[in-house]
Amino acid sequence: MLTNISTVLRACAQRNGAAAVVSARNYADFTSQATFEIKKSDVFKLDEAPATEVVMTRDEGLQYYRTMQTMRRMELKADQLYKQKIIRGFCHLYDGQEACAVGIEASIKPTDHLITAYRAHGYTLTRGGTVKEIMAELTGRRGGIAKGKGGSMHMYCKNFYGGNGIVGAQVPLGAGVALACKYKGSDELCVCLYGDGAANQGQIFETYNMAALWKLPVIFICENNRYGMGTSVERAAASTDYFKRGEFIPGLRVDGMDILCVREATRFAAEHCRSGKGPILMELQTYRYHGHSMSDPGVSYRTREEIQEVRSKSDPISLLKDRLLSNNMASVEELKEIDVDVRKEIEDAAQFATTDPEPPLEELCNHIFSNNPPVEVRGTNPWAKLKSKDYILD
Amino acid sequence: MAAAAARLLIRGSHQTLPISSVGTGKQSCIGNALLTLSSGCNSRLKTQRRHAAHFTFQPDPVPTQYGSTQKMNLFQSITSALDNTLASDPTAVIFGEDVAFGGVFRCTVGLRDKYGKDRVFNTPLCEQGIVGFGIGAAVAGATAIAEIQFADYIFPAFDQIVNEAAKYRYRSGNLFDCGNLTIRAPWGCVGHGSLYHSQSPEAFFAHCPGIKIVIPRGPTQAKGLLLSCIADNNPCIFFEPKILYRAAVEQVPVDAYTIPLSQAEVLQEGSDVTLVAWGTQIHVLREVANMAQEKLGVSCEVIDLRTILPWDNETVCKVSGHHSIVSIIVGHFIIGI
Repeated sequence: MLTNISTVLRACAQRNGAAAVVSARNYADFTSQATFEIKKSDVFKLDEAPATEVVMTRDEGLQYYRTMQTMRRMELKADQLYKQKIIRGFCHLYDGQEACAVGIEASIKPTDHLITAYRAHGYTLTRGGTVKEIMAELTGRRGGIAKGKGGSMHMYCKNFYGGNGIVGAQVPLGAGVALACKYKGSDELCVCLYGDGAANQGQIFETYNMAALWKLPVIFICENNRYGMGTSVERAAASTDYFKRGEFIPGLRVDGMDILCVREATRFAAEHCRSGKGPILMELQTYRYHGHSMSDPGVSYRTREEIQEVRSKSDPISLLKDRLLSNNMASVEELKEIDVDVRKEIEDAAQFATTDPEPPLEELCNHIFSNNPPVEVRGTNPWAKLKSKDYILD
Repeated sequence: MAAAAARLLIRGSHQTLPISSVGTGKQSCIGNALLTLSSGCNSRLKTQRRHAAHFTFQPDPVPTQYGSTQKMNLFQSITSALDNTLASDPTAVIFGEDVAFGGVFRCTVGLRDKYGKDRVFNTPLCEQGIVGFGIGAAVAGATAIAEIQFADYIFPAFDQIVNEAAKYRYRSGNLFDCGNLTIRAPWGCVGHGSLYHSQSPEAFFAHCPGIKIVIPRGPTQAKGLLLSCIADNNPCIFFEPKILYRAAVEQVPVDAYTIPLSQAEVLQEGSDVTLVAWGTQIHVLREVANMAQEKLGVSCEVIDLRTILPWDNETVCKVSGHHSIVSIIVGHFIIGI
């Protein structure tokens, strides 16, 4: 990829002559890696903290940039399609929180497991879904990652357990997955995410207890974006120190807008789990630009100034971009090319998502049970009998 | 009771409409079936690309016995009922997720400003906690009105409702009870709600003695029934058909009034078949009854059950021997008694 970029740039230079001399930079001109100072994470019941001096290579930087930009553009495209009524139902957008998903993925293995709540498009992407599959799932077509039957909140792929609509319900599930990892002795762990609103659910505390009691390899991550739907954290929680809520589980509070902070903290947490020390809790302080869902304008419980401030001072993609540029790890043109590339990918995916056919009627009732003879399912009138094909071989 | 119903069904002789239970989702169930039976209507079904929930709300006649009335939709009638309650009962409190600013369906708009933040307050996101807390408040003497944001989220509170609330009076030998508790929740499908904003879970609770379940069909009914639930000395669950919140508009009495619980209402007399339902389906059934009369010459009796538990089996079963009963259920149904 790097040689291609430099070839293209050189070709441009040859065409444009002297005016393009500046852009004809060989990849060897860039710094291959740099060390960065990152914010110290607050710790709870831990003697050590994640490192504050971290190294990022050029390749890593470009990959993070590309993934975050893809995520951002995908969410904005989903916003557009929703307003055009091509996506219907519910749509909870993740823009602003990209650093969390990408940072976490950077420090776990593809064989590790992850489960989250309904703001799941970003994680579906980092865990292996393609933009095409994600968008087709949003529009409910057969090319979707859940065959068009799940929609925005129910996206799944290998080692990614969704995509869950009921608040807080995914946390005990995550502990269960971690138990399976421990049982199999496979050195895998489970990353179990929930939000600041869900942090007040009873089942979270039940899970903390089980995870700590049985020393399960689970990283609990609270994505604190300051608002549970329309309720700010101060109005919902007796203690907004979500990283301390585990009480007997060690905790970290991390700047969730800085991808390097997230990556480093996840690395620290993963090591903690894999060394058999049991669960650990991470609070990522992050922010969402959109409202809770597409039916929430997002400005009745917070000011536009606040959103603007976060966008200008702490946007995760801008932070990364500044780092890459000021450390001579990439050029403006290179990043612009990635932007153009990403835009095209999203356009193609949107095109696919809009034109792909819907799942056939025969698929509507499948997979209610498993390995059962076909069951008759009631339809919208007693004469419209649908069948559920539940054979395991299907 | 089950035997009596079965006997009635067997006795139903010359019926063309089979006994059936129609499921969740689209509202135009029997209606569609009748359309397919009659010629010339198939083209309309075929051209409909998106089968959105299709029914026409049929408003009740203006009540004259409760004083002056005002035009209100369903959520406004709920607000009115709650307003009446907070005004007359100093122990009444309303709590739930997001109720302070008015609620996600605007059922509690203005109440916090009017009655104070200690009487209308938000809870954190914890249904089990909300209901448990509500039971405790009710036992201690407060008129507790708990809101569950969507009926789909009531399940974490299922244990509290079934094991704690329903059995409190019995297990304490009438020493304690949580009759002051009323739980309200938006109910039923809207077309785009999918798995978790569409459920009608009354079936799960309908087999639990000790609680009452009430589902209104419109604003006038809703206000009267809600006020009855609040006044009733038993824990009540009041499901509000969310699709009717804005769509249902009627002239509703401004003052407080009650509609008795456990009394079904016969909306339309008929001699051939009895149609029983509750909530939104009543409006479908009224259309169906008219269609059946016009196109098939079948005279249908339409009954609104209103209180699901304990249900008015006297009214429903008080039908002449040659009726068949068609019960239209919108909700979870695999087996029923």
